[in-house]
Amino acid sequence: MQKNSLLRKPAVQALLTSLLCILLGLLVGFIALLIINPSGATEAIGDIIKNFMNYSKSATRLKNMGNTLVKTAPLLMCSLSVLFAYKVGLFNIGAAGQYVAGAGACIFCAVGLGWHWLPCMLMSILAGALVGAISGVLKAYRNVNEVISCIMLNWISLYLVNTLLSNVKNPTSPYTYEISKRLVTVDGVSSVETHTEALLPQLGINSLFNNNKYVGLAIPLAILLAVSIWVLLNKTKLGYELRATGLNKHAAKYCGMQDRANIILTMAIAGGLAGIGASMLYLTGFEEWSVTQSSVPGMGFNGIAAAFLGGLNPLGAIFSSFFIQHITDGGAQLNKQVYPAEISSLISSLIIYFCGFVLFFKLSLTKWLDKRNEKAAAKGGADK
Amino acid sequence: MILLIQYTLVFTSVLMLVALGGCFSEHSGVINIGLEGIMVFGALGGALVMSAMPAGTSAFIIIVLSILAAMVMGILYSLLLAVAAINFKADQTLVGTAMNLLGTAAATVIVKALNTSVNPNNPSSTLQYINAKKAFLLVDGYEFNWFMPLALCLLVLAYVILYKTRFGLRLMSCGEHPQAAASVGINVYKMRYAGVMISGLLGGLGGLVYITAGVSEWKFENGVAGFGFLALAVMIFGGWKPFRIALAALLFGFFRALSNVYTGFDLLAQLNLPSTVYNMLPYIISLVVLVFFSKNSAAPKAEGIPYDQGSR
Repeated sequence: MQKNSLLRKPAVQALLTSLLCILLGLLVGFIALLIINPSGATEAIGDIIKNFMNYSKSATRLKNMGNTLVKTAPLLMCSLSVLFAYKVGLFNIGAAGQYVAGAGACIFCAVGLGWHWLPCMLMSILAGALVGAISGVLKAYRNVNEVISCIMLNWISLYLVNTLLSNVKNPTSPYTYEISKRLVTVDGVSSVETHTEALLPQLGINSLFNNNKYVGLAIPLAILLAVSIWVLLNKTKLGYELRATGLNKHAAKYCGMQDRANIILTMAIAGGLAGIGASMLYLTGFEEWSVTQSSVPGMGFNGIAAAFLGGLNPLGAIFSSFFIQHITDGGAQLNKQVYPAEISSLISSLIIYFCGFVLFFKLSLTKWLDKRNEKAAAKGGADK
Repeated sequence: MILLIQYTLVFTSVLMLVALGGCFSEHSGVINIGLEGIMVFGALGGALVMSAMPAGTSAFIIIVLSILAAMVMGILYSLLLAVAAINFKADQTLVGTAMNLLGTAAATVIVKALNTSVNPNNPSSTLQYINAKKAFLLVDGYEFNWFMPLALCLLVLAYVILYKTRFGLRLMSCGEHPQAAASVGINVYKMRYAGVMISGLLGGLGGLVYITAGVSEWKFENGVAGFGFLALAVMIFGGWKPFRIALAALLFGFFRALSNVYTGFDLLAQLNLPSTVYNMLPYIISLVVLVFFSKNSAAPKAEGIPYDQGSR
């Protein structure tokens, strides 16, 4: 009976079903590897799961772990963006576009205008929130399905950002100048000068990861924000109202809650979260933006995977984001002459697919427990 | 000008086919966000057949086989949505999103694995079908192809099936009020399966049409660039009705074609707008259109709600 009630706890059920989704995703990924080349499949799936643990030297290991963490921070923000909106009954598939808007804002402010990192980050939040709020306004006042409007905005943001960032493009490559550079135009002649103010501070955390220069403020900040979102949703009046609107819009309105304002506010917050996520990556200088890219970066979509895998809990999202990023980087460890690196996006998209079955898994678990209890009760009755 | 007409017709047929697919699925009560993924898989099926055809195969066989392959792949892939949404009552938006991501990822993995198995130094996700593609053209040198009359036939067929047959009317009743439909003996589960699978068939075909539009190779890493989503906007703009969908597809197809060929017009070239403006146009227009047409939505009433026989 003791163990039985533990299995009925929602948190335990959420954890179990997430683990089941991961296992199923890995299993199908393993089958795909087996089909491509059976002899190396076991090793390959091991390489994906191990990621940075593949390196034998602990210094390289730490450095690569740092790289995974650098990309986990923006992913966590995107997953927070998705789950925050989902709690209010909105499916924010636009996290990808809001992330793109944030990236455009911080890179332009840093390289083009030579700002300090803090205002750059604030501009990222603003840009993301603006894109999110557009979807919110359309939903609240014109009944436009947020999924469709978000998707359209993803593409619009991508092309706008490509146009904006062409202004700070390195003429010798399709990429923008590094974030540690600043574009200066004197009498119509452009040149770049070093400008490290826009880089996020490292706060000494980098020394923990074999002086990986990209590791810094973003990681603790992301975790702090995850905790604040948890507090906001579960411990404040605003969070209560938002969740009530998500559960039943009409009931919430009847109780005097501003359903329209809440929808817009939600989408703005969700957009801001995805926007700040972009600044957490691009202000480290980890990578530059390619102004010729013709597909929306996958970060926002992986955020959907991380949000659902984390059981739609901000604290769960911390772990699920790390896991998703971990196997995504793990895919790059594969031998490209045999296995495509996209195996890891295959696995993460399968995990999202299986997350659709979570309700079914939970119901079956509860049903199974009920049946066992009944049997035990019947047996107990017979013994008497 | 002739170039613009060609591309308009090509993109119109793609959007119309896929939007009609969405229309069948939604009328049966299942939201199909996964159309994008279905298109990728249909395109993959068609491209694999086309690139496997030996040179000298007769045009008729190429056409029939690649269309069949695209349709079958589309149907098979759509079963992922059908099983999850109908039997397991999963969140249809979530499953559809997963299918879109999975479609591109799986197609890339499959094509890359095939390419590397032929030549280990070629880890690209591109399939070529230069010869086979010519079979589709109606007139040499122009992009008018067999898909255009086919799409027109399917449009009429879709209208007849939905509004003039017992099957179509029953299908639509399942999207409006499944409990009422069930009370007169209609099997809602079967009808919803039929709706989703028809959307797979049409979506898969649409994917094939898209990757033969003016190109003779396709890089599967790129998916289908949001066309599945544009088709959804076309469907909403078309009010879930076949002929209005066709008109909406024509409008969207025109603006999409403009972004391909605008440099050929003196007037537009003189405006000197960046090419990204034209790339954005279809999406901006669909957003504006949605703003005006979503308020009094004619969407099937029960779409997106899992049907449970136990609750009436």
